[in-house]
Amino acid sequence: MIEDEHGLRFTGLAVGYRRTSVHTGLTGRARRGELTVLVGPNGAGKSTLLRTLACLQPPIAGTVRLDGTDLAGIAPMERARRLAVVLTDRVDVGLLSGRELVAIGRHPHTGPSGRLGPRDLAVVDDAIAAVGAGHLVGRRVAELSDGERQRVLTARALAQEPGLLLLDEPSAFLDVAARVALLGMLRDLARERHMGVVVSTHDLELALRLADHVWLLDRTGLRCGSPEELVVNGAVAAVFDTPALAFDPVSGTFTLADGSAGRPALVVAEQPHRALAARALARAGWRVVPTSPADAQIEHIGGDRFVVRHAGRITTVESWAALVAWARRVPAPQPTAAAMAAGTEER
Amino acid sequence: MTPRRAWLLPVLGAVAGLLLVPAVALGPISIPFGDTIAVLVGGEPSDPRWTVLIGTVRLSRAITAVLAGAALGVAGLTMQTLFRNPLADPYILGVSSGASLGVALFLATTTAAAFGATFGTGLVGLGRVGAVGAAAAGAFLVLAIVLALSRWVRSAVTLLIVGVMVGAVTSAVVSLVLVWTDPRIAQQYVVWGLGSFDATSGRDLQIFAPIVLAGLLVAGALGKPLNALLLGQGYATSMGVEVRRTRLVVMVAAGLLAGGVTAFCGPVAFIGIAIPHLARLLVGTSDHRLLLPATALVGAITALLCAIASHPPGTETVIPLNVMTSLVGAPVVIAVLLRARRSEVVT
Repeated sequence: MIEDEHGLRFTGLAVGYRRTSVHTGLTGRARRGELTVLVGPNGAGKSTLLRTLACLQPPIAGTVRLDGTDLAGIAPMERARRLAVVLTDRVDVGLLSGRELVAIGRHPHTGPSGRLGPRDLAVVDDAIAAVGAGHLVGRRVAELSDGERQRVLTARALAQEPGLLLLDEPSAFLDVAARVALLGMLRDLARERHMGVVVSTHDLELALRLADHVWLLDRTGLRCGSPEELVVNGAVAAVFDTPALAFDPVSGTFTLADGSAGRPALVVAEQPHRALAARALARAGWRVVPTSPADAQIEHIGGDRFVVRHAGRITTVESWAALVAWARRVPAPQPTAAAMAAGTEER
Repeated sequence: MTPRRAWLLPVLGAVAGLLLVPAVALGPISIPFGDTIAVLVGGEPSDPRWTVLIGTVRLSRAITAVLAGAALGVAGLTMQTLFRNPLADPYILGVSSGASLGVALFLATTTAAAFGATFGTGLVGLGRVGAVGAAAAGAFLVLAIVLALSRWVRSAVTLLIVGVMVGAVTSAVVSLVLVWTDPRIAQQYVVWGLGSFDATSGRDLQIFAPIVLAGLLVAGALGKPLNALLLGQGYATSMGVEVRRTRLVVMVAAGLLAGGVTAFCGPVAFIGIAIPHLARLLVGTSDHRLLLPATALVGAITALLCAIASHPPGTETVIPLNVMTSLVGAPVVIAVLLRARRSEVVT
């Protein structure tokens, strides 16, 4: 079988600083056209690995190849035409406008004067359009919000026309909606431009939902594979589970470990009411089960109204607040059971 | 937001050109503007003595001011970008304290008898040649030490601290030298420290002008890498900038500019730190390709104004240059920056 040389491939990589290597023997790849997400707990060395792949710090051992070329062996300008980064570094660029910042990304393509030709200007416009930052770039970078600045910095990286884009924690300061939007956008960019995109994040749920390929990094090393593979073979659990917290493959979220406690309840409702009711009950210490028998049955009867059957009594609650209040009033056998099993409902 | 104003460059150039006339015309003996222009374009004034006055004193003073203002402004700008610090100035690498040490040592080791005749007239004649040479030697010695140390320094912040520390040591040695010398010699040192554009002769300009022009040329070619450095070392490296080499070139250029000015004019305060900020606000961008020439021109204009103001027309009074630059200039800059703060963000 012929080795596919497209994209990023690193073998036997040891990363770290001078005398102390953080990791040794790391091997992995990131294909063009795919979104690769590097995920791991804080302090696992995600930034160190990304900085090494970006040649911002030398590897202690091993090689990094991009489309078959050893990145350590090519001139910095040539490398900058193949690989671009979005870092966590504070960006304080004085009086630059968003467009001027994106244009700086043309650095490895322009002559000594830095003058932009017609093609450079077209690439800049295209990069701005690709991240949907057209309405932002007329403003000063200093006036943008974190999420807006992240978009402009991503456009700057795209203006380098790289074959590989590395982003270090680009979503760290973004709210949940903006995180999903950003990762979705990066996945689309990878597809449309047939470009490798590697993003580091500590948001495992997001990574497993949106990544084509996952690099799972913890202190013991790197595990690579599709998100599904890594969940099923237990790699995710090995890296992230603690005695108090477990990853639930079905819902794709973390649950507090004692989700099995609590009295069984059956929810009869269409989605999303079923999931929401299950979540509310779980918060109050109930365990939602897919089928009878159950101590209680909660049935959605339209609007925000539910019929509750419990201990031989039938009650109608008229609102979500009333349902939550009922669930709390009728405690599970263990009053302190923190069964916040947010996603133990059957799908 | 202030738009980018490239059209201001020719305007600033014209203002600087026009200011040359009053700078040459005004002084203890004021020459009519018409006759000044006549002499400047090679014609005959109505009083032949004016040709001599302009040729020997006034023109070299004005040209010195233009060169020194441009040099200090540009050196300050490159230091502010290199160290990503709006408070950086051309002397941040210890150049002025090095020059001060050279002058202090020169004054202390030259016996009072050797140039006792020149007392009261400042450092002129034989004393002048020696002082310029000593200042240049001191400036470049300290610059060489900082450059040598910079080889082992990764971060710009550490380098900044190294520069400040070397400067502090040098200043301490200056104080020590002054304690051990004749108070009259210490007095000479103080006068040198007040700065002056007046003492530069036509012969001095033959050395001073090439130094400054060389420094300006080198700095002028640095627009592109300095733009990349606005984003910090990490991003600059990722765009193909060889940061250490660029840093060395920037430091040599700034050392040439600031060292040259200090040797011939003394440690001229304020212009180097403030002019880049004024220029940024004027042209509305931090793009060095526009900002470098703008800073040179605004520096030249400011220095010309200070040169004119330090010789109130029609009087014998000479106000020390640093009094003019600091006392008048600094409040103006504060006012401009505060006004700008209201509507926009300044570096």
